[in-house]
Amino acid sequence: MSKVLMKGNEAIGEAAIRAGCLNYFAYPITPQSEVAEYLSRRMPEVGGVFLQGESEVAVSYMIFGAAACGERVFTTSSSPGISLMSEGVSYIVGAQCPAVFVNIMRGGPGLGGILPSQADYLQATKGIGHGDCRLLVMVPASVQEAVEMVMMAFPLAEKYRNPVMILGDGLIGQMMEPVTFPDHLKTPPSNKNDWATNGMDTRKSKTRNLVKSLYLDPEALNAHNLRLKAKYDRMREEEIRYETYNTDTDYQILIVSYGTMSRVCQSAIDTLKAKKIEVALVRPQNVFPFPEQAVLEAASKSSCRHVLSVEMSMGQMIEDIQRSVQGKRPVHWYGKCGGDVPTPEEVMEAVEKLIPA
Amino acid sequence: MQSEVMFAGFGGQGVLLSGKILAEAAMEKQLEVAWVPSYGPEMRGGTAYCTVVISDRPIRSPIIRNPMHMVVMNRPSLEKFAKMVKPGGVILVNSSLIPITSGRNDVDELRVPVMDIATNVGDVRSANIVALGAFVARSKIIDFELIRQMVRKEFGKKEKSLKINLAALEEGRKAASV
Repeated sequence: MSKVLMKGNEAIGEAAIRAGCLNYFAYPITPQSEVAEYLSRRMPEVGGVFLQGESEVAVSYMIFGAAACGERVFTTSSSPGISLMSEGVSYIVGAQCPAVFVNIMRGGPGLGGILPSQADYLQATKGIGHGDCRLLVMVPASVQEAVEMVMMAFPLAEKYRNPVMILGDGLIGQMMEPVTFPDHLKTPPSNKNDWATNGMDTRKSKTRNLVKSLYLDPEALNAHNLRLKAKYDRMREEEIRYETYNTDTDYQILIVSYGTMSRVCQSAIDTLKAKKIEVALVRPQNVFPFPEQAVLEAASKSSCRHVLSVEMSMGQMIEDIQRSVQGKRPVHWYGKCGGDVPTPEEVMEAVEKLIPA
Repeated sequence: MQSEVMFAGFGGQGVLLSGKILAEAAMEKQLEVAWVPSYGPEMRGGTAYCTVVISDRPIRSPIIRNPMHMVVMNRPSLEKFAKMVKPGGVILVNSSLIPITSGRNDVDELRVPVMDIATNVGDVRSANIVALGAFVARSKIIDFELIRQMVRKEFGKKEKSLKINLAALEEGRKAASV
């Protein structure tokens, strides 16, 4: 397929179909309602299902149901809607089912606003649900990357039998950019017959598959949580993804930023370079697991004096950065989260404040 | 080279569509593009705008404080955004609706009664395409023929609106070359 100009939300919907996902349950909310609009038309064309739930809570259990049957399934929502889904997410993690959740973040807390935000970082990476519950969290910086991440997310969810979250700011959903869709996904053969409740006639064994998150026996629950922990540890080994920018210079400042915000930082870095101020960037593509080693190494470069977290939140990723930098450099924060995305000029001002005159 | 165009007006005036057509034309020329809409609580009658970024290199920030050019369809947008345009840029003003000027002497301000022209070609709703035609002709941001192709593509399924919008585009071009 050639390049097409597409809104991020529509591209995310198309990418899911091309990843072989034929089940989409959702409840509309700005700024991601176009996914549902697009798929309400597109899913019937490919023999798939779109069902609008009566609430996000209901949607999260529709996801659980389909996932438990071994079906590829996903939903999209925005911040307040994701909060409502968090109970279901925890059950799905506990029951070890694969699913994909897309959060196109808007401002909060509460109803907040409808404009772009990155203020669900802590929720996505640390507090998505009760219990020892973690998601693999991917953070696209362009419409093209959102497409690629959606297509990667389904096989990853199946690899770990754990939900994967795509965490995009409102602009990722609302922007139009040229996209090329990769070919339909070729995925490894599913192991779902080993665990999914997809009918006894799907397998030779007489053993029933049981999907559950309830373990009343303390030893059994502890063993279960150790199994989940082993999966999260494996993610930390195998799913670190990031990009660097301008790190081959003697930079004084290291920026860590993701999503649309990281692109604004790249423009700021280009302009500062013309003013003979070198600044580097580490852009996490996954934020759980966080690229701790990459951030530590970039911050440890002898020329580097300060680390700056630039995020559309009041400083959430900064905690992961501080943890990674281990006190070796001071870590600062710059951001806004009312809905106005900081401009390159504003990022430059924040950087220049750190440089002694 | 990177250039940016802000399209601003009332919701319903078609500024998002003008921007999309320009973005598609640039894409056709193998350029990188980003189309960034305002999506606040706008509705018909409220203000709406979008910024189109066109570049021959990968686009970093899609957020632009100072666009190179502006196409402005209503007075509140001119009052709010005129000061942001870079010196030397084109500001295309819908003079059918905007009695004031940008007050800038370092830009190329082109005043075109796009709604009157659109009414004359058969539908006031094509004012956004008149404005697009006039803007592209004046700024030469992209080959005019590419814009014509994209208008054909956009309205191709509806014979009557295709005819009106092609006429609107052409009248816009003429208005800019006077």
